[in-house]
Amino acid sequence: MRPNDRRYTQTHEWAKLEGDNVVVGITDFAVQALSNGNVDDLVYCDLPEAGRAVEAGQTFGEIESVKAVSDLNAPVTGEVADVNAAIEDHLEVLSKDPWGAGWMIKIKPGAKSLDHLMDAAAYEAFLQTQAH
Amino acid sequence: MQTATTAAPKRTPLHDVHVALSAKMVEFGGWYMPVQYGPILDEVRTVRTTAGLFDLSHMGRVLVRGKDRIAYLDRICTNFVAKIPQDAIRYSLFCKENGMPIDDLLVYKGAEEVFLCVNASNTGVDLAWMRQHAAGFEVTIEDQTDALAMIAIQGQTSTQILQPLVQGLELAKLGYYKFGFGTVCGIENMRVSRTGYTGELGYELYIPRAQVTAVWQAVMQAGEAHGLKAIGLGARDTLRLEAGMPLYGHEIDANHDPLSAGLAFGVSFAPEKGEWIGKSALQAIAAAPQWKLVGVKTTGPRVPRQGYGIAINGVVVGEIASGSISPMLNTNIGTAFVPASVDEAHAKVELDIKGKRQEASFCALPFFSRTRK
Repeated sequence: MRPNDRRYTQTHEWAKLEGDNVVVGITDFAVQALSNGNVDDLVYCDLPEAGRAVEAGQTFGEIESVKAVSDLNAPVTGEVADVNAAIEDHLEVLSKDPWGAGWMIKIKPGAKSLDHLMDAAAYEAFLQTQAH
Repeated sequence: MQTATTAAPKRTPLHDVHVALSAKMVEFGGWYMPVQYGPILDEVRTVRTTAGLFDLSHMGRVLVRGKDRIAYLDRICTNFVAKIPQDAIRYSLFCKENGMPIDDLLVYKGAEEVFLCVNASNTGVDLAWMRQHAAGFEVTIEDQTDALAMIAIQGQTSTQILQPLVQGLELAKLGYYKFGFGTVCGIENMRVSRTGYTGELGYELYIPRAQVTAVWQAVMQAGEAHGLKAIGLGARDTLRLEAGMPLYGHEIDANHDPLSAGLAFGVSFAPEKGEWIGKSALQAIAAAPQWKLVGVKTTGPRVPRQGYGIAINGVVVGEIASGSISPMLNTNIGTAFVPASVDEAHAKVELDIKGKRQEASFCALPFFSRTRK
């Protein structure tokens, strides 16, 4: 089971309330799908500058693997309060610790609610429907 | 061009072999294909240093027979089929009247027949086009895609690995873009060509569907001591790009003609070839070229991707056709269409990624080739 202290999107981001902010990252499923378990297959992560406005469901950045570029989508609407720039040069962190050190941005949200997102059980069930 | 089909992707006869090797299987050109067995860049390095084995059974295979076969093919092919020596292979395209490619292909000229190898995603369209234009010619067109499988062994150790399994054909004497027939793993009369899509020494083999798994296993076993590994389509794409070889849907497609893509060697305007489909449109393009395909490389973090802009002296004037990380050049590479007037020696080049710029430079094509350089 994935961490129950946060919520999940259908595009495999996680969102966690932390003080006034929502911390955002991508799930282990997303990392596995992008890298096929090969850490070196992740090549680049493009994150926004602090201060930029983001909108729920819209792109805030891109993550790139050897063969593909994928959008990173904001789970909530608000303003980017902080960016984990360190991961841009250390993408292996996403494989090792997607739930902690692999956080990507912190958003100061317009409304401090994650109720529109899936909890861990719902995300688990959602992944089952995606299995082929 | 998309055909309106929702049919499930087809499986090659080697499907279970790929699954057993834990390949990541993806849909490609209407087939389930292995995109990678391990890290893609490691697979590229394997082919560049030892050898790799590829399942290419998704590609289309067509046999053309009948007394008018040469005249017929010279009507629909861009290259001069009558001029191809027997037992030799040439690159060609099928183009529409407007000079735009339907597909690119290899033409194997035998004594009694001509064998064609076409792209998986275009096989249906190619066959329809071929049949549509066969009227008035005494030819038979046989789709052998399902009957014959296809594998390739590519890399410097390929001859050493393959020759012990082949009788009646001396691989070391088979020239580049030549083919012959030999006994492969005891199966008589198998077509073997010295061709490939990697820029390395290598061979492509056409084996009946029912027997290809046994041949694959025998080659893998023979290659174990020579560093042979199974290689997926992900690495194949990087290998072909490093070798400066075009891919339909990138360097050529319904909007990108072969001359602008630098493929004049596959297009013949020889008067003796007569009239052929697309000739006058391509002659007009040859007389006044608008675009050219160039190589680019960039040391920045972003990998060139199809559709990214190319800015020359600050202005976006072109577009990336293909891109990849290149393990051989240890940098990021791509092909790009730019106006024919661009002076490569004196232009400042940048990638334009949704408005963000990254420094790049021009680079001669191919980036790397052991067969062409």
